[in-house]
Amino acid sequence: MFGPEQGHFALALACVLALVQFAVPLWGASRRDARLVGLAPYLAVSQLLALGYSFLCLVMCAVSDDFSVQNVAANSAVSKPLLYKITGVWGNHEGSVLLWTLILAVCGGAVSLFGRNLPDILRGRVLAILGGVSAGFQMFCLLTSDPFERVFPAPMDGQGMNPLLQDPGLAFHPPILYTGYVGFAVPFAFAVAALIEGRVDAAWGRWVRPWAVAAWCFLTCGIALGSWWSYYVLGWGGYWFWDPVENASLIPWLTGTALVHSAIVVEKREGLKIWTVLLAIATFSFSLSGTFLVRSGILNSVHAFANDPARGVFILALLAIVIGGSLALFAWRAPSLTSTGLFSPVSREGSLVLNNILLCSICAVVVTGTMYPPFMQLLAGRTISVGKPFFDAATIPLTLPLLLAMGIGTALPWKRAQLARTFSHLYAAAGIAAIGLALCFWKLSGILPIACGALAVWVIAASVSDVLRRIGIGHTSAQGVWERMKNLPRSSWGAALAHIGAGITILGLCGMSQAEHAIVEVHIGETRSLAGDDWTLLDVHNYIGPNYKAMQADIAIRHNGKLVTILHPEKRDFTTQSQTTTEVAIHTNFITDLYGVVGDRHGTGKDTTYVLRLHRNPLAPWMWLGGLVMAIGGAFSLSDRRMRIGAPKRAAARNMARA
Amino acid sequence: MTRKTRRLWIVIACLACVGSAAALTLRAFSSNIVFFMAPSQVKASPPSPDRTIRLGGMVMAGSLHRINENGTPVNAFQVTDGQAAVEVHYTGILPDLFREGQSVVALGTVQKDGGFTASEVLAKHDETYMPKEVADELKRTGKWDPRFGKAPDASSWDTMTAKKAGG
Repeated sequence: MFGPEQGHFALALACVLALVQFAVPLWGASRRDARLVGLAPYLAVSQLLALGYSFLCLVMCAVSDDFSVQNVAANSAVSKPLLYKITGVWGNHEGSVLLWTLILAVCGGAVSLFGRNLPDILRGRVLAILGGVSAGFQMFCLLTSDPFERVFPAPMDGQGMNPLLQDPGLAFHPPILYTGYVGFAVPFAFAVAALIEGRVDAAWGRWVRPWAVAAWCFLTCGIALGSWWSYYVLGWGGYWFWDPVENASLIPWLTGTALVHSAIVVEKREGLKIWTVLLAIATFSFSLSGTFLVRSGILNSVHAFANDPARGVFILALLAIVIGGSLALFAWRAPSLTSTGLFSPVSREGSLVLNNILLCSICAVVVTGTMYPPFMQLLAGRTISVGKPFFDAATIPLTLPLLLAMGIGTALPWKRAQLARTFSHLYAAAGIAAIGLALCFWKLSGILPIACGALAVWVIAASVSDVLRRIGIGHTSAQGVWERMKNLPRSSWGAALAHIGAGITILGLCGMSQAEHAIVEVHIGETRSLAGDDWTLLDVHNYIGPNYKAMQADIAIRHNGKLVTILHPEKRDFTTQSQTTTEVAIHTNFITDLYGVVGDRHGTGKDTTYVLRLHRNPLAPWMWLGGLVMAIGGAFSLSDRRMRIGAPKRAAARNMARA
Repeated sequence: MTRKTRRLWIVIACLACVGSAAALTLRAFSSNIVFFMAPSQVKASPPSPDRTIRLGGMVMAGSLHRINENGTPVNAFQVTDGQAAVEVHYTGILPDLFREGQSVVALGTVQKDGGFTASEVLAKHDETYMPKEVADELKRTGKWDPRFGKAPDASSWDTMTAKKAGG
């Protein structure tokens, strides 16, 4: 019922359906044949069903330990806990490509279900584009990375998953991140459909924005979760390594953030149309090339899957068709799109344009830093790498004006603003930022962290004061404030929340720039001090887990003689793969993380010593908390009435927020 | 505000931002690019001590020992590419996949005495994985010809290399 052959057949069926979904509505739309165009939603839903069945088959193969399937044999084992048998399905190349196309099909299904208020032709074309992309990647899956391949003879037990991936955080990281990446396929499809149609208007902006915001929320969560994972699993005490895989998610996030903002201008003022269309194309192109260039190992990385030249060529061809095709279409049709809304440089639109330019400049810097080493290798034959120092030096100075503009932008009115009047709203926020600056001088060292910290306080203060001003605090009665609070559009609340979240993340990053650590070698009972805390190694003992052996240390942390906590870091030895992992122990009070790692044991008897790494990370949790607040802000703005205008039911929009 | 002046403003803003981004990138590139070097290259032309490089090669079997400097554990080991070996000092916990006889990449600086002080040591997640730079270096020095199959097993390769390196 759920065997690998059935799964393989369902995948092939889905691929054929996707091809039909690509061809028929486009042909129908050019012939203005309503019946052919009307087929699109049905095709999209049936493609989703076929692909869902195929994915379920792969999950069943993994759950039932069918080691005659190559993919399962290579990545699973009998002793693996059930949860990781399921999540291990997308922990490898083949499974992750299948998950990727499944999410794309889910997006297609969501457009057909919740897009009933769209004009038929537009919806047909959007679904056709999604189907085309889907078909390409399903073909990639079928021809070069078939997850259902059998092996003969079947091994008795699988090789097991990399124990590093055996972690709840990582189990759910790929689906969320992929939903973010793939979600941008919908704005991309809208952009291509609009180019074919030759028309972009305010309604188009209104349709595109919820999809872009939803994808952006998932991508934000995915990046935050990935960074959190590397912080508590890899045990290096770091949270972002400027690794190509991480950059591959940051680049579409930057252009996606720009897209979310420029789509507001299309919706409200019918301006920046060509630019928004280009951003939609660019964001999805970056998501695509990011995931696949990196996953195929073309960019060297710690995350890279096995390198296979056939895959690389296929992926490059696919990328060339999707990206090159859409850009060619853009070059051909974009001149026919005209903007109408005029605005002065000092206005809400002006500040959004500035936001876009700065975000794209940062993005260009990150792209350069990521792509330069492989190009150098290719052209000059020299192996080089650029790391954190490069990215810090090149991106932070561009972030400062962005933060400054974030505070002012939301206070500016549309079309034309009077600076003096705007600044009169911002006195309070500027005052708080000045206090923040003083605090930063006291607590932080280094010019850039101080400047970033003060500006982060400024962003938070300006966002709060903007909301307070809009709900009339200080010049309206309590009753009036309540009324205004209820009437203030949710997208304004959402924007304020997202900006506050960005401020919190930046504060966390500033705090982390002051992190301290020590590497010590101690006997049991010995005490070392780090930044005012005394760390004592109490005991070390061994125990046996489900599929590993572990060495656990007990480390007591005292502050001025008072016990703060006892940490239990571990070192686990996985027998199946003869691999060890480090389990970090973290104590947090949401201001400071105390982070302990146990390393090797040396010597014997009374002379036994243990290597420990101790970290004190100020404001570390704020980095991810900020990401979460940003995503909540996005979700809040998705629930805005305006986003639902024309939507047939409230439930549809709610589901859209989740999709 | 006419369309023309607005466009002018946007163009000015774009130029300013893209220009400063380019300037920042170039400045950061000139001081922060990290070159990859094999031990024999380090021996032949040692980079200046303020320059961070990536040293890649194999950990020579039996070379790992620990030095205790005032309670701080320092790992010392030799990294070789078969032509020459460089002594690496690393304060910290070696990665879980660090093994003698397997490939490793260390980030750090070359000291005046020719030793290498690493600030970061990378061993890859996958034990069958070999850093590309190390594989290239192996091919260049004739230890491994990809036409004749997979890279030799790390342990046999190690004794082979260690012998040739005179260690």
